[in-house]
Amino acid sequence: MMAKFLEMGGYAVYVWPAFAVAALVMIGLLITSLRTLRAREAILKRLEAAARRADDGA
Amino acid sequence: MSQRRSGSSLHRFANPSRFLRLGRRLTPWFAVLAAAFIGAGLYVGLFVAPPDYQQGESVRIMYVHVPAAWMALFVYSCIAAASVASLVWRHPLADLIARASAPVGAGFTAVALITGSLWGQPMWGTWWVWDARLTSVLILFFLYLGHIAINNAFDDPTRGARAAAILAVVGFVNVPIIKFSVDWWHTLHQPASVFRLGGPTIDLSMLVPLFLMALGFTFYYMMLLMLRVRSEIVARKIRTVQLLQAAP
Amino acid sequence: MLAGLAAILRRDLRLALRQTADNGMAVGFFVLTVILFPLGVGPEPAVLARVAPGILWVTALLASMLSLERLFAADYEDGSLDLMALAPLPLSLLVLTKCLAHWLLTGLPMVVLAPLLGLLLNLEPAGYGVLVLAMALGTPALALVGAIGAALTLGARRGGVLLSLLVLPLYIPVLIFGVAAVDAAIYGVGARPHLLLLGGALLAALALCPLASAAALRQALE
Repeated sequence: MMAKFLEMGGYAVYVWPAFAVAALVMIGLLITSLRTLRAREAILKRLEAAARRADDGA
Repeated sequence: MSQRRSGSSLHRFANPSRFLRLGRRLTPWFAVLAAAFIGAGLYVGLFVAPPDYQQGESVRIMYVHVPAAWMALFVYSCIAAASVASLVWRHPLADLIARASAPVGAGFTAVALITGSLWGQPMWGTWWVWDARLTSVLILFFLYLGHIAINNAFDDPTRGARAAAILAVVGFVNVPIIKFSVDWWHTLHQPASVFRLGGPTIDLSMLVPLFLMALGFTFYYMMLLMLRVRSEIVARKIRTVQLLQAAP
Repeated sequence: MLAGLAAILRRDLRLALRQTADNGMAVGFFVLTVILFPLGVGPEPAVLARVAPGILWVTALLASMLSLERLFAADYEDGSLDLMALAPLPLSLLVLTKCLAHWLLTGLPMVVLAPLLGLLLNLEPAGYGVLVLAMALGTPALALVGAIGAALTLGARRGGVLLSLLVLPLYIPVLIFGVAAVDAAIYGVGARPHLLLLGGALLAALALCPLASAAALRQALE
């Protein structure tokens, strides 16, 4: 029964890649967005800490 | 509201800061809703909904193809609206929303084109056909790419955002063309069967997973938008701090 | 006000005619590229006749895009654009005038040369009249739409390539209807609907493009 589901009436070679592409794009966008956000937040933290140290030293 | 410090533009982010706080709270909810609706849509679409009388199981591609296409148009409309807000009221958040949305819209358009192609081959016997709807969706894809490109083409991010806003408004004329092209020109692509004056012609058993997926995709976009606008705000802050350090 | 616009028109035409290289390049590209096609696809008359309308239109499109970059760039770089923006003339009318100058220098020669090149491509006799008419309607629309792209990309990195990317999606409807008009005339099904659509597109472009270009110019001059 599982095999019949996976086969999708013979259209498996079209149906599953379609869902795979959608998943790839949507999950990929999510991952890159999260990574960019984390990276930028880290940079901002470093810059603000450096600015504060510079202010304290001045 | 913060005091106006000399050289500081932090007061400009007052509204965006409220947006940031709101976003932090809403994002997990959007994520949960997106996962729930997409999960439900996939379950109903793959296991509960019947195969099509003529197309058999290949009709299940519809449950990603159509929502993706809807999102492609919806996101572009959001960008166009944000662009108008940017050009007319100079709202700083509007620029960020447009900038954050463009890659997401491009992604949905690409998914629509690729899944449509995968659906077209068993249905029509061809991977691509130059009919009105496919052509105008392809044009939409290039409009997205152009928007992303021009947004990044200037050293001053505001200049890029304004140029992109004008482009988005000019390109918006393409959206009704896509929507109505299948009615104006009787071509290979299926004519409107959901959003039409006489009511949908698709059976309810297929309509339900379709709308579940569409809702799920919408919440996904909203979640992603929150994340990406937050990211853009942080990027602007970085730029501000760097400029301040460069010019004491 | 008309005197001011006429002055700008004369100035643009004079400047361009002094440096024929720029605009001649676009028209030259048009001619040379069309000539490449029989060499590439083979001289078989039937094949050429079939693709002639498409080749002429696509090449006209590309040639039109080539010369767009310089539409505002020269004036932007030497500061004349700032002066023009400060003048009492509405910026959108200024854009319209510059587009007219641009079309007279690149579009009009292409409209004139197109039937001659059609001879080289073995274009069907029924298509010539409609070709000229469609191009006469289409090339000004291309100039107007292209002006938006030219204004948007002023001072951008890789402005030339970016301009093409921006402008091509907006050019495609003109291309589709332009070729459809000529094909319709050749197959005897009547080109009138397509010509009307081209005319409508031109009117819409005349009304809307100068406004969008002016907005883009103002934004570039800030």
